[in-house]
Amino acid sequence: MELVMNQESVKTDLLEIIKPYLPEDVQLSDVSEEKHLINDLKINSAHIVDIVLDIEDKFDIMIDDDAIGEMNTVRDSIDVVLNKAAA
Amino acid sequence: MKKHRVVITGIGVVASNGIGVNNFLKALKEGKSGIKKWDELGALNVRCQIGGVPDLSTINLHDHLPRLFAEKMTNKGIIYACLSGLEAWKDAGLEPNEDAVDYSSGLIMGAGDLSFDSWINREFPAYPIDRGESRRLGSRTISEGMNSGAAAYLNNLLGLGSRVQSNSSACITGSEAVLLGYEYLQSGRADRMICGSTEGDGRYIWAGFDAMRVLCSDSNDRPTFGSRPMSSTSTGFVPSGGSGSLVLETLESAQQRGAKIYAEILGGHTNSGGQRGTGTMTAPNSEAVVKCIETALMDSSIDPYEIDLISGHLTSTKGDPIEVKNWVKALGRKGEDFPFINSPKSMIGHSIAGAGSIELVACVLQLANQFIHPSLNTEEIHPEILSEIFGGKIPQACLEQEVDTIIKANFGFGDLNCAIVLRKFNP
Repeated sequence: MELVMNQESVKTDLLEIIKPYLPEDVQLSDVSEEKHLINDLKINSAHIVDIVLDIEDKFDIMIDDDAIGEMNTVRDSIDVVLNKAAA
Repeated sequence: MKKHRVVITGIGVVASNGIGVNNFLKALKEGKSGIKKWDELGALNVRCQIGGVPDLSTINLHDHLPRLFAEKMTNKGIIYACLSGLEAWKDAGLEPNEDAVDYSSGLIMGAGDLSFDSWINREFPAYPIDRGESRRLGSRTISEGMNSGAAAYLNNLLGLGSRVQSNSSACITGSEAVLLGYEYLQSGRADRMICGSTEGDGRYIWAGFDAMRVLCSDSNDRPTFGSRPMSSTSTGFVPSGGSGSLVLETLESAQQRGAKIYAEILGGHTNSGGQRGTGTMTAPNSEAVVKCIETALMDSSIDPYEIDLISGHLTSTKGDPIEVKNWVKALGRKGEDFPFINSPKSMIGHSIAGAGSIELVACVLQLANQFIHPSLNTEEIHPEILSEIFGGKIPQACLEQEVDTIIKANFGFGDLNCAIVLRKFNP
């Protein structure tokens, strides 16, 4: 139960972080867990590093280069946060 | 080769005394100062603790800029340039290009040094590189810090495909950007160019000037009195930030699309005193200043007596009387015969690289609305100026006055000069 709640709260925070980086014609309501950050949501790939820094600040974690490489979809990103927070 | 006539069809501005053309126009007419005291400067032992900072809290950035710019952009110089540039573009009746590239339009947006901007505050006091955490710099350290950053971000919004350039020439940057765009259009290589410049604000830009002891340090308790160009008591300039943008267009293009025309650029010139003679890194060679003004008049094919108003560089330093003498010499006019002269810096401070473009927007507004804005704090004019020109030529209040032709000049570090002649449009 706790894990589900965590997942939900992480998702909520993550969407808040991603929001400013979405192109003007992509709405927050278009964002679902299976969406690929770059291919589906059209986030400029250069901004992934900014999203990573925002996530680090928000959750007080450190995301190494290997983990950044795993952050393809929204769900991947949630998993990375949960894994790092649990570590 | 037939040269194209070049007109101004759009303007935009972010200044310390008003954001947006309407607010700026009102402020110019009212003689509103944008200079305030900044306590953070006092805490850092900076001598000059006053400055002009455009008040972004008076607008909603989301109404003007895309989400990413409004929420994540931290470089004030770039925010100002995007605001003034978008305003000018829309004022000219143009829309940003959605997907297509407009190869007939270009952009010249100059800057002083965008990496000095206050955005590096966010990791104060230790810069991440020196903490061994360069990964914390994120993706925009280069794109927001490079000198072409303002041009690059503005064109991200506009989608222009002709020449896109970023000049950097100290305090003449803004007027030089307009001159470069004018020459490009004159030669027929594009239909329109959006030209301007920008300067952020804050301690990282200003402290270096403060250390040179060229800033005003005697007015921390009466900020609006600090910037007093042409005064007998001027002690230094008051720094400020901001950006001006002007849409320049060939007359053919402007008429073809039925654009409103604010003014025509008759001509201009830029040169250098070579840091020889009286010229140094920081002081102009008067011989070159005179030559620059004379050449600008010649390039415009006008007689010095056709000038109604001089918008001076006039920074509120000991250089002001020398500048006025140079105008007297270059125009061959003195005493009662001298044109009106004013300094926008008396209200907005010295916006450094942003100055020329903001001040050119002020010139366009004075031509389009037929007035001469006051030059603040000129109750005690410097005696060396009064021995050259009639004091009544320096307006202490706004004059509702016919203005047909204005010459605008800026002078900058590196011994650089630039002068531009604008005229009310007369088909």
